Amino acid sequence: MISNMEAAIPMKPFERRIPESGRLSVAEPVAVEPKLTVGGLSAWYGRNRALHDVNLTVAPRSVMAAIGPSGCGKSTFLRCLNRMHELIPGARAEGTLLLDGKDLLGRDVDPVTLRRRVGMVFQRPNPFPTMSIRDNVAAGLKLNRVGGNHDEIVERTLRQSALWDEVKDRLGASALSLSGGQQQRLCIARALAVEPEVLLMDEPASALDPIATAKIEDLIHELKERYTIVIVTHNMQQAGRVSDHTAFFYMGDLVEVGPTEKIFTNPSEKRTEDYVTGKFG
Amino acid sequence: MRPSTDIASARAEPTPPRFAHLGDRAWGWGLTILGGTILFVAGLILLELGRVAAPAFDHLNIFRFLTSSDWDPVKERFGALPFIYGTLVTSLVAILVALPISVGLALFLSEMGPRRLGPPVAYAIEVLAAIPSVIFGLWGLFVLVPWLRTGLQPLLQETLGFLPFFRGPMIGLGYLAAGLILALMILPTIASVTIEVLKTVPPALKEGALALGATRWEAIRIAVLPYARPGILGATLLGLGRALGETMAVTMVIGNSPEISASLFAPGYTLPAVIANEFAEATGDVHIGALASLGLVLFGITLVLNAVAQTLIRTVARGPRGAKA
Amino acid sequence: MNTLRWRRFVNGFWTIASGTGVLVALVPLASLLWLVVSRGAPGLSASFFVSLPTPVGEAGGGVGNAITGTFFMVGLASLMALPVGVGAGVYLAEKGDGPAGKVIRFTAEVLSGVPSIVIGIVAYGLIVAQMKRFSALAGSVALALIMIPSLARSTEDFIRLVPSSLREASLALGVPGWKTSLRVIVPTALGGIVTAVLLAVARAAGETAPLLFTALNNQYWNTDPTQPTASLTVQIYNYAISPYEDWHAKAWTAALVLLLLVGLLNLTARLLSRNRMAGAR
Repeated sequence: MISNMEAAIPMKPFERRIPESGRLSVAEPVAVEPKLTVGGLSAWYGRNRALHDVNLTVAPRSVMAAIGPSGCGKSTFLRCLNRMHELIPGARAEGTLLLDGKDLLGRDVDPVTLRRRVGMVFQRPNPFPTMSIRDNVAAGLKLNRVGGNHDEIVERTLRQSALWDEVKDRLGASALSLSGGQQQRLCIARALAVEPEVLLMDEPASALDPIATAKIEDLIHELKERYTIVIVTHNMQQAGRVSDHTAFFYMGDLVEVGPTEKIFTNPSEKRTEDYVTGKFG
Repeated sequence: MRPSTDIASARAEPTPPRFAHLGDRAWGWGLTILGGTILFVAGLILLELGRVAAPAFDHLNIFRFLTSSDWDPVKERFGALPFIYGTLVTSLVAILVALPISVGLALFLSEMGPRRLGPPVAYAIEVLAAIPSVIFGLWGLFVLVPWLRTGLQPLLQETLGFLPFFRGPMIGLGYLAAGLILALMILPTIASVTIEVLKTVPPALKEGALALGATRWEAIRIAVLPYARPGILGATLLGLGRALGETMAVTMVIGNSPEISASLFAPGYTLPAVIANEFAEATGDVHIGALASLGLVLFGITLVLNAVAQTLIRTVARGPRGAKA
Repeated sequence: MNTLRWRRFVNGFWTIASGTGVLVALVPLASLLWLVVSRGAPGLSASFFVSLPTPVGEAGGGVGNAITGTFFMVGLASLMALPVGVGAGVYLAEKGDGPAGKVIRFTAEVLSGVPSIVIGIVAYGLIVAQMKRFSALAGSVALALIMIPSLARSTEDFIRLVPSSLREASLALGVPGWKTSLRVIVPTALGGIVTAVLLAVARAAGETAPLLFTALNNQYWNTDPTQPTASLTVQIYNYAISPYEDWHAKAWTAALVLLLLVGLLNLTARLLSRNRMAGAR
């Protein structure tokens, strides 16, 4: 099995991206409390069940990639994590979703406050077109009535998203004057400004060219020092490059979840192996 | 496109190519002529209006026409100011009342309200739009006016009577009645165009705001409304255009008195109303010419309004400017 | 969180405020419809449909001549407007993408916003002034001029709804372009075109202002296009502004008749378009 794997997936990119700290997240320290615990999560669109009983945990300050073929439910899964799924008419979700032990799907949890703690970046960059770069980043702050010096926060998050140097002289310019890759980093900065604990990314680089994609991937590596990240991607190589853990979805089921290296080199399930070797998808 | 000169293919084709071309050409020319009739109609309207208005041009001084309040057909004195004033005031009242209601309606239907209420309310708006103007006037005359006279106007005078708008005798007929009935009539126009405009706002924008932790209203406020603003402005201008040209409902409730007054309770007159009332029995070509000149003024204003409105609405549909690939 | 409660309150406030907008629009509508029915129905009888108007104080009478007058003039107007309006619509759909088409479309759009009373003046100049008398012809011309621009635009919209794959299939069979348009595209769009026509007819039937000084009015039956003719709308107007109670009652009844007519046309148009949409699947 291993020889097929090595032939099918080049391991070099996977190793190139390890940060200076040398931390390789192959084996997780058992004592750490998971940041997110998903228990028995099921989701429906009307009468169609899109997710069946998903169970997994996400460790703090790590990157979990959700992979799978089109329509497998990975995007639905992601949208359940910040309760954007239920905004679709007729859609609903059941199960438990614990953030630091507190159930987010409970009746007493306000989705609006939840979304401050769990931020999201979308597939296509969606900056607010009528606002400037600065106002875009500060939008979440203004909405949530966060006090303090917004300009400081704007600079800090733009630095975090590796965009500061490119825009520091034109913070007042329209957000639309940026390229696609820059806009996406702007959206990341906007999401980070409200200081979420978890960042959800829905195929964040799929609309971008390879250079912009590489920048986003570098960014994810830096961000995971501070944030817990769940990223949906249809690009397996990308999952291999950026994530510590990978969850493979197929037709609404969570087929397998585990350390990324294992999923790609020595998966337990045949379906997983078939997918990562490209037998279907 | 030249017909094939290849002998082999010419023999192989069931219909001779030149014949098919004739049909295409005739069709093309026929259509172009029909399309051109639109331009012809536009030119016809403009020219004919001018021709009917012409007899008044020698008699009229444009400045006095637009600024004098003395409208006396017998003495051939034509000052159109009361009509211009009345048209503007009633339309302004109509917009002020209709705009918030229409936008609220549009938002309720497309964003904020329960989905199940959508279709029946949308249907009700269509019904409102289909009612003929004279029936609005009938209802206005026998229902709205008495209610104004006995209910709303006294209330307004009690509470806001210090303002010049709500002073004076309350007879029901007048600028306020006309403004309110116009508001009702332009509601469907503004609301339906606004709904269309809201549909063209990319949903990703609203999602982006919601993902930041915005409430539904806040997402609309910071993401949807700014994007849709030019389109809503266009919808308003369309409604304004309709209000300016509305004749029957207005003439039935406004009192038809060529006086200018600051009070909304006073009777007044509008451009379309005076044309409707005087044209059939106009005394002489100059009188007719003067009325037609009023029509020209109306034509010009609504033309410009509609053109600007169309451009604005198209701007929103096309997407934000300044976007790089 | 204090601000959160305030934000939720604002959210609720605006939801209710926009809902009030719905009420403010619907209450007058309900009142109008109710009154037309309740005040108009008592006077509704078979004779109302077929009798001539009677002088003040005399019982009975009806709006028979007004009904036939409306049918007559709207019919004549349709004869003039349909070929031109639908034809221009087909032009816009088939050849309307160039600069000429854009100008024509814009003109049609703008023309449909011209006040109907201004159109009346035009018809006056064209017909009444030449013939030195008021006539049904003049009224019909006014109505036709009103119908043409909106008819052209709605026809264009309906024809554009026909999928281009239909045209391609026909051309691939060797059917020449003009035949494809005439025998394939237009018949497919026919349901929509009929809907557009019905709506234009309904609008014309409800017009009053342009008829006031073109067709004027007539106390008797008339089928001569060169004579003044009664119409339902003008009759309602005359009855309404008169000082006589019994004529006011007749105004309500005539309004009910007009509403039924316009309502029937609109309803047929809606049903037709709905059937088309459903059948097209």
